[in-house]
Amino acid sequence: MRQYLEGSHAVAQIVRLCKAQVISAYPITPQTHIVESLAQMVADGELNAEFINVESEHSAASVVQGASATGVRTYTATTSQGLLYMIEVLYSIAGLRLPVILTCANRAVSSPINIWNDHQDSVTARDAGWLQFYAENNQEACDLHLMAYRLAEDHNIMLPVMVCMDGYILTHAYEVVDLPEQSQVDKFLPDFKPVHCLNPDEPISMGVLMGPESYTETRYAIHQTMMDALNVIPGIADEFEQVFGRKVNCLIEKYRLEDATQVFVAMGSMVGTIKEVIDGLREDGQKVGLLKIIAHRPFPKKIVYEALKNAREIAVLEKAVSLGEEGPLFSDVKSAFCGHGNQPKISGFVLGLGGRDITKKSILEVQDTLAGAQVDVKFIDLKI
Amino acid sequence: MIIPVTSKPRTSKANKTGTWRSGKKPHFIQKECIACRLCVMVCPEGCISGDKKCTYISDYKYCKGCGNCVAVCPVADIEMVKEEWWRETIS
Amino acid sequence: MKEIRIHARAGQGAITTAALLGTAAFIGGKYALAFPHFGAERMGAPMNAFVRLSDQVIRLRSQVYEPDYLIVLDPSLMRGFDVFEGFRPGGVAIINHHEKVQCPKPIQNIKVFTVPGNDIATEVLGRPIGNTTILGAFAAATNEFGLESLQQAILERFSGEVAKKNAEAARRGYEYIKERCLR
Repeated sequence: MRQYLEGSHAVAQIVRLCKAQVISAYPITPQTHIVESLAQMVADGELNAEFINVESEHSAASVVQGASATGVRTYTATTSQGLLYMIEVLYSIAGLRLPVILTCANRAVSSPINIWNDHQDSVTARDAGWLQFYAENNQEACDLHLMAYRLAEDHNIMLPVMVCMDGYILTHAYEVVDLPEQSQVDKFLPDFKPVHCLNPDEPISMGVLMGPESYTETRYAIHQTMMDALNVIPGIADEFEQVFGRKVNCLIEKYRLEDATQVFVAMGSMVGTIKEVIDGLREDGQKVGLLKIIAHRPFPKKIVYEALKNAREIAVLEKAVSLGEEGPLFSDVKSAFCGHGNQPKISGFVLGLGGRDITKKSILEVQDTLAGAQVDVKFIDLKI
Repeated sequence: MIIPVTSKPRTSKANKTGTWRSGKKPHFIQKECIACRLCVMVCPEGCISGDKKCTYISDYKYCKGCGNCVAVCPVADIEMVKEEWWRETIS
Repeated sequence: MKEIRIHARAGQGAITTAALLGTAAFIGGKYALAFPHFGAERMGAPMNAFVRLSDQVIRLRSQVYEPDYLIVLDPSLMRGFDVFEGFRPGGVAIINHHEKVQCPKPIQNIKVFTVPGNDIATEVLGRPIGNTTILGAFAAATNEFGLESLQQAILERFSGEVAKKNAEAARRGYEYIKERCLR
């Protein structure tokens, strides 16, 4: 049913519909509305779950790790400093192959202190073994959470999933969202059946010591699973379309890409603004297009290459930078061309850090720079 | 290249928090005042000054209009009054 | 697409104002995007809320720099700050104030309505919270949605007496504009 509500509340509704049973989170702007909403639902009896209050994000992640290990569906949410605080637990959750779902309300990291949106927090966790998806708008944020539970608990995957939505820009934005019925969600998302779980009747230990003779294979297995996930995801996206009556893009989205010579590549809410700019440029007869990346991990390298191979100039725009090198998404996109004959100009752009507004002018500045010599890192809207 | 992420003390002097007031400000009647200095101690901006009885006054460049001084004055010698902002200037 | 910029101080209900505006437009069959932009995280800090209204899905996520409509909930914000920055020709501004306000720059075909929202709210709600009154005035001055849609949005957002009184405050704001033969 189409409703008009705040992004955070829409996500909370989805978590309720997915019947998460253990929720533990520590409040941090701009994620607070999500967890407040869920706490209210539990208190009002609308959601039959244990809401466990803890004193830190590290503990919140530990709680959901332990709960997931007992075979229950879990949920947590965080951002920025909170994500970094819990990061060792995130690696552990993936290593234990637990299907925990986490919403990252993307926010810049300190120091200096900044509570506004960028992607530096979630890209920092990209090596941890979590599937990571980035939402363009609140409808996508909702749909990706539904997909997240389904994918995470699939016995071919059994990995945690992080759904990233831009802090304030999406979490605090009121938009029209089509929320599903409980019956539809029940049809799409069966009960969680763990592969291994802590059970006093059949005791096991999880996360044991594995030395040089056996550790490598566990990491190989996660990597292979993430590669396999690229093949599993489209089939499940088809199921999603059948149940909910709308398409969900889970890996990439192509926008006016067919004959595009100049292509923008980006993740998250800035994609909406880029689409507006592209429509304007197309009216002027310019052949520009957009490749939206939704899955950052696993990175759909082959699909990205196929989508971009006919472009002459590619601009990768991102709200993060691996300081001392270049933007992480830029590195990933360049790697998609490795081993292939053609080498279009691929330039990397960093913008929107610390919540600096990305305007149509920002995108046009990217296009202007793209026309010149190739650059690895160009900071857009820089005040120096 | 280093962009400092620091600030020095006393920089709060440049931040004229008087602009934060919306609608009310404390009026120091200066009649019953006993120079107890409770208003000075309780002001969150530290912008009340005075010496002998009935000499105490807010620096309205910084006064945020919180009313703490009114609340603590033991002789009710301070009152909140409506402030017609468009007729006053903050110099 | 129409773009709206709301000027207020944190704690004055600008986000609720933007949300109600968007909800009213949604009830009226439009798409709406409403979002805040804060300065300092304290009560009283100047802040903005933005709304976009359209017949199509709204994709633009930047702040609003060239508003078609302006709402100023706290007139003290105009002290030393140009709320009319970027205001488009033909635009409509609603200022919550009991003294007439004029745009400092000449912009073609704009309409600036000054509505004593807090005074009306004090009568109707017993508190000087003029948002819903101002929204009623907005509906009348712009025709982006009807008073009924706005009142329905208010009744969905609030409950009981508070809801009824705010719906009445909206009507009073609406009538304030209509009575002055504007649109």
